Amino acid sequence: MEISDKELETALQDFKNSIHAWSDAAYHRPRTLAAEVRHRSWRVALGWALGCFLVAGTVSGGIFERNHRLELARTAAAQRSADLQRQLHDQQAAKQTDEGLLADVDTDVSREVPSALEPLAQMMNDDETK
Amino acid sequence: MVQKHRPQIFRFLLASTRDVDLAETLTQECFLKAHRNWASFRGESSAMTWLMRIAINLQKDHWRNRRMQFWRTTRTNGVDVDEASEWLSSGESSVEQKLLARERVSQVWTAVKSLSERQRTVFLMRYVEEQDLNEIATATGLSEGTVKAHLSRAVARVRLELGGKR
Repeated sequence: MEISDKELETALQDFKNSIHAWSDAAYHRPRTLAAEVRHRSWRVALGWALGCFLVAGTVSGGIFERNHRLELARTAAAQRSADLQRQLHDQQAAKQTDEGLLADVDTDVSREVPSALEPLAQMMNDDETK
Repeated sequence: MVQKHRPQIFRFLLASTRDVDLAETLTQECFLKAHRNWASFRGESSAMTWLMRIAINLQKDHWRNRRMQFWRTTRTNGVDVDEASEWLSSGESSVEQKLLARERVSQVWTAVKSLSERQRTVFLMRYVEEQDLNEIATATGLSEGTVKAHLSRAVARVRLELGGKR
């Protein structure tokens, strides 16, 4: 439905007056921008501080965990090495002990036990003298 | 100059954005830019036209940046058409007159909202700031013929909105 020029003019006039009224009210409203900005800046600073704290915590936690694992690995390697050394030492000690014992036994046996053919040889010597 | 023209620049930006905080910010930027570039103002147009041109460009930049930087916060204080229509001059005497005026203002806002950026700028400069075609052409950088064409389409859209809701 077509409207008349008069109605259009009235509507445009109302529109203009409305914007002027709104603009005047907004232009002369009490300014709270500074406080808002201050609050916002505090929030931003707090956000950054928390963010930095979290990042620092994560990084230091990661570093601590890595160092801890390295230390555990180093301790385990040292333990394994010590165990191997001890086993080797025990083996060598055992070997030396066995070899010494055998040598002692050999010596003792050779001294105490006569040769198996000695009586026979004795008898043969006796026969020859006869 | 600031005292004289600030309310008008603010009003134009408020009508364009429907956002009080944004209009204030852009108004401050407009005068800051004008202050910095004062040496380049040759006086070929009025100071108001020059300031209006700066305001239009700032507004364009703002919307362009906002479209490009869509991942940034999109919080806006812009009011909707109904809220903007709440404001009426104190001229209406009866309640019925007030209601009718509010209805008309709401319909014009609805039409303005649907206009292209250029049509809206031209329409607001003509019917809210009451600038003549030559001033609008100078401020927008368009020819007078183009301004007339945009204005004609904008008014047709407003007329359609007003006629359709009767």
